[in-house]
Amino acid sequence: MNGAPQVHYLNVDYGIRSWLFTTDHKRIAWLYLLSVTLFFFFGGFFATLIRLELMTPQGDLVQAETYNKFFTMHGVTMVFFFLIPSIPAVLGNFLVPMMVGARDLAFPRLNLASWYIFILGGLFTLASAAAGGVDTGWTFYTPYSSIYSNSHVALTVVGVFVTGFSSILTGLNFVVTIHKMRAPGLTWFRLPLFIWAIYATSIIFILGTPVIAITLLLVGLERVFNLGFFDPARGGDPVLFQHLFWFYSHPAVYIMVLPAMGVESELVTAFARRRVFGYSFVAFSSLAIAVIGFLVWGHHMFVAGQSVHAGLIFSLLSFLVAIPSAIKVFNWTATLHRGSISYDAPMLYALGFIGLFTIGGLTGLFLASIGVDVHVHDTYFVIAHFHYIMVGGSVMAYLGGIHFWWPKMTGRTYPEPVARVAALIVFLGFNLTFFPQFVLGYLGMPRRYHAYPPEFQALNVMSSAGASILAVGYVLPLIYLIWSLRYGRVAGRNPWGARGLEWQTPSPPPTHNFDVTPRVVAEAYAYDKEPEETYEFGSPSRA
Amino acid sequence: MNSAVPAAPDAFEVRAHQFEDVEQQHHASWLGMWVFLATEVMFFGGMFAAYAFYRVGFPNAFAAASNRLDVTLGAINTAVLISSSFTMALAVHGGETGRNKAAIRYLLLTMLLGAVFLGVKFYEYHEKFVEHLVPGPAFRFEGPHAHPAEIFFSLYFAMTGLHALHMIIGIGLLTWMALKARRKRFSPIYYTPIELTGLYWHFVDLIWIFLFPLLYLVGRHL
Ligand SMILES: [Cu+2]
Repeated sequence: MNGAPQVHYLNVDYGIRSWLFTTDHKRIAWLYLLSVTLFFFFGGFFATLIRLELMTPQGDLVQAETYNKFFTMHGVTMVFFFLIPSIPAVLGNFLVPMMVGARDLAFPRLNLASWYIFILGGLFTLASAAAGGVDTGWTFYTPYSSIYSNSHVALTVVGVFVTGFSSILTGLNFVVTIHKMRAPGLTWFRLPLFIWAIYATSIIFILGTPVIAITLLLVGLERVFNLGFFDPARGGDPVLFQHLFWFYSHPAVYIMVLPAMGVESELVTAFARRRVFGYSFVAFSSLAIAVIGFLVWGHHMFVAGQSVHAGLIFSLLSFLVAIPSAIKVFNWTATLHRGSISYDAPMLYALGFIGLFTIGGLTGLFLASIGVDVHVHDTYFVIAHFHYIMVGGSVMAYLGGIHFWWPKMTGRTYPEPVARVAALIVFLGFNLTFFPQFVLGYLGMPRRYHAYPPEFQALNVMSSAGASILAVGYVLPLIYLIWSLRYGRVAGRNPWGARGLEWQTPSPPPTHNFDVTPRVVAEAYAYDKEPEETYEFGSPSRA
Repeated sequence: MNSAVPAAPDAFEVRAHQFEDVEQQHHASWLGMWVFLATEVMFFGGMFAAYAFYRVGFPNAFAAASNRLDVTLGAINTAVLISSSFTMALAVHGGETGRNKAAIRYLLLTMLLGAVFLGVKFYEYHEKFVEHLVPGPAFRFEGPHAHPAEIFFSLYFAMTGLHALHMIIGIGLLTWMALKARRKRFSPIYYTPIELTGLYWHFVDLIWIFLFPLLYLVGRHL
């Protein structure tokens, strides 16, 4: 039971073709893992350049135009090519079929096609970087992006457009799989909360992504064919672009954080060894976030000439959307209460997530208040806020999830002590990088400038120092995880003693995940029972 | 249901390995197509939103610009597409009942109607080009509404162009289905692909049913 099976999904076939033409969701997860890791370090490279430039008040490292390209390439890469695909396409791909007890996703070939589409979009973006980059900011605001910018907007926009279809098709695959391919006895309310989170995310993929696609298509057409959709000189309205852009891009925030919340629910229960507190509240709050998240986009446009009434309503709705997130935080905390907690590396990331996400969420409420937003709009306060959500939240959960499921993915465990140290370094480095930015923003330092008044230097130097610590925290896992592929201890089927269905099959799993289709007879997270009381591996086919 | 897989005439595998049985596969494919159409609705929806926004902003310009479209050709194309939906439904029926010959006949007819639509569309585009109504430096529009009229024509080309692209993809799918039917693939136990192709085709027709009045008939009631 503890040894790896003779034949599993990794050793069933070697050679590059068996990877590039695979339809196995677990192998496709690896393809995504490799590609998003590359994009992460590519985007991180630009972050490094940004922090280097901001060490001194003068613009001495690069010119303003070059600096604009740095933060644009950083934003575009991190948002569209790392954060959005990270948890859904890597962990989601690997886990969704196993968690629902299926042999694969509903449409395996479509899944592989999604990866190729993702790579194609990525190549366009890399090509635009190689050709000289883009300088519009990741928001591509018109009319600058559609008329005035002299950088490679069209190429980048095509890249993001293409990648969007990868997200859409992945979301479609997940929705169909979760609806139609659950194992016998696996009712909706027995599903792991990760599945609920991925389901809610997929809804946003399906309904939100096409809108950004069409919007960027219009920008591209305007640029290439000299049209006037968003050109005020020809009757077009640049604010219409902002509406369409944020209609997707606010929900996209939830694309980035909902899966992280799903991971969080798995980690907290596994390391507190308790059933999650208020299962249905956590489950439905994911759907509530997905739905309400579509109605709050105007909070990005409080100072863009939006009417006061619209502003008020968007402000109110933005406060409302915080409620389901708060429910989740309270329920995770309540799950910890009286749990028997162990502080393994995934749990350190999970606890870090709770703290940092809470700070990010609460500062989001500052920004949802119109009066405060007018003061801190487009300052480093906003930068700090969304990095607390995206990096402090999503990246922490992603790393926690990678560590947690690493034994399942590879059959080996990573070295625990160094992993704990790395998790602490990430936490410290992160806070040192981004907390000073709250202060900078509050004091009035605007975002997207390469030079600043000398009195801001101390805080900026702190931030840059923190960034270098953070970089160490990110490189360490890269090293020891690769090391563990060869030298890690053999993990066995269920090294954490977790209750998820994915832990009831060998590590690494066989190609079809389960030798026998499981039957689920109890609720998720039954840490008060043995796994055998939740799952039955009896009859060889569905009744 | 036990997964005894029924075999089609030349014994190709109907059930893909990830499914328990053919029924589950059928349901999954259906749901997948509907979810895809939901995405499509939002995709076109972004453009419809832009259209609505500018039409409210420039009602007179949109009416004036709309009058430059050829409503007769638009109406003919509408009729052509509705007929093609009818032949498509007959093709699907042929597939479901395993009458592959009938399916091929109606698929070809549907493709023909689709091609007629695209031909008429292409002719209309050509007319607009000749009349300097293609947005860009060459755009000419007499009267006070030149700028918003240019936006109208930008939307016209973007929306009908995107629709035409969907038609071309649809004709590709129909070709694929016709090839399947030629290999006598369709039978009462295996017809999901032709059914879903039909669903897609009807959806693309439906988009046109919205595009036609919004683009061609705006000015007529004034
Ligand atoms: Cu937002």
